[in-house]
Amino acid sequence: MASGEVKVLGTWASQFAMRPRIALNIKSVDYEFIEEKNLLEEKSQLLLQSNPVHKKVPVLFHGDNKPICESLIIVQYIDETWSSGPPILPSDPYDRATARFWAAYLDDKWYPAVKSLGIAEGEEAKKTAMAQVEEGVALMEEAFGKCSKGKGFFGGDEIGFLDIAFGSFLGWLRVVEKFNGAKLIDEAKTPGLADWAERFCSHAAVKDVMPDADKLAEFAMIVVAKIKGLGLAAQSL
Amino acid sequence: MEGGVVLLDFWPSMFGMRVRIALAEKEIKYEYIEQDLRNKSDLLLQMNPVHKKIPVLVHNGKPICESLVQVQYIDEVWKNQAPLLPADPYKRATARFWADFVDKKMYDSGSRVWKTKGEEQEAAKKEFIGNLKLLEGELGDNLYFGGDGFGYVDVALVPFYCWFYAYEQCGNFSIEAECPKLIAWAKRCMQKESVAKSLADPEKVYGFLLQLKKAYGIE
Repeated sequence: MASGEVKVLGTWASQFAMRPRIALNIKSVDYEFIEEKNLLEEKSQLLLQSNPVHKKVPVLFHGDNKPICESLIIVQYIDETWSSGPPILPSDPYDRATARFWAAYLDDKWYPAVKSLGIAEGEEAKKTAMAQVEEGVALMEEAFGKCSKGKGFFGGDEIGFLDIAFGSFLGWLRVVEKFNGAKLIDEAKTPGLADWAERFCSHAAVKDVMPDADKLAEFAMIVVAKIKGLGLAAQSL
Repeated sequence: MEGGVVLLDFWPSMFGMRVRIALAEKEIKYEYIEQDLRNKSDLLLQMNPVHKKIPVLVHNGKPICESLVQVQYIDEVWKNQAPLLPADPYKRATARFWADFVDKKMYDSGSRVWKTKGEEQEAAKKEFIGNLKLLEGELGDNLYFGGDGFGYVDVALVPFYCWFYAYEQCGNFSIEAECPKLIAWAKRCMQKESVAKSLADPEKVYGFLLQLKKAYGIE
């Protein structure tokens, strides 16, 4: 059984930092949330020391262990450490591979397209980026059908790994919809995801860590302006 | 296609090599089907419609894509032999972190070494060596990244070793001079049959890279 204090270093807006927090909530593990105050312009000593390789949030501190980095790796660590709590990864190896596959797709392919959309200049660039984002959502609607097997979450009856991986993006997805006057997840186009999104956001393990949509939209405008102003690559997000 | 294990692969792919090593470690018999990536087969497109890439592992007719997902799958299904991931959750997290680092950094920085020239190439070499030195630091004085035993990070990284000769030729530098401990580790891994059988011949890889450069219009 695990022992020692648990802390998560992150920001209120970061979809990646939300993931370990949801996982800890699912396991009913108390933790301290340490807010990184100025991620974009001035990273704290704590962050630079605990994640020297990537210099990104989230970082998990657990007892005497060295810090753990990369949100999905942290979630798996939480699942394996507090193994007597509700399971996060599915138990079947093929289902686990499927969940990992889609989580990797979201982080490696889909999220970069969402970022491109955020900073795209001009109609052509926006159209291309939007098409990629929409394609990803369509794939996830199909994946939801297959993974949920008629239940409410990708993980089945309860929130699982892929719910956390995708659900953590919902706040930013709503911001993208708002800024582009588009509907990415709705009853007509993606009925499965539309219901799932509501279920996910209102879940006890999620609702206190999901950022408020309006606050996020305001924050997004500041971030985009800063990124363009500072000439930073989208990679820094 | 029913039953058994099939691997859709392309001989110089470092990602395919990871899966070959894992299958060999577990002594799993499988059918290897070479793919022509300039003329992708219906089978490949059907089995990996999202990325249309190799490697694709097919087990009992069901496809699994993405090399590290495949290696973990193999480790979990054939769990009674040659475990690749350690048992301890913290050590597992560390192994996953460094395998993920290899994925995020090695392929791109290696590619930039052969795709660029002049100042750009110098910067690419610096970045590439920098990444290798970080990995060397993580290895420390251990025999393998897995500690005393060959493991997940070793599987993730060692395929790149057969590309080092090609990178060195293109970039006119010596990786061994910069990272002797890492090369010693790679040679140690090559003593294992699973690795020696799975990695491509470095000369052949260089020949392939020269063809690639021509196709990309790079001198």
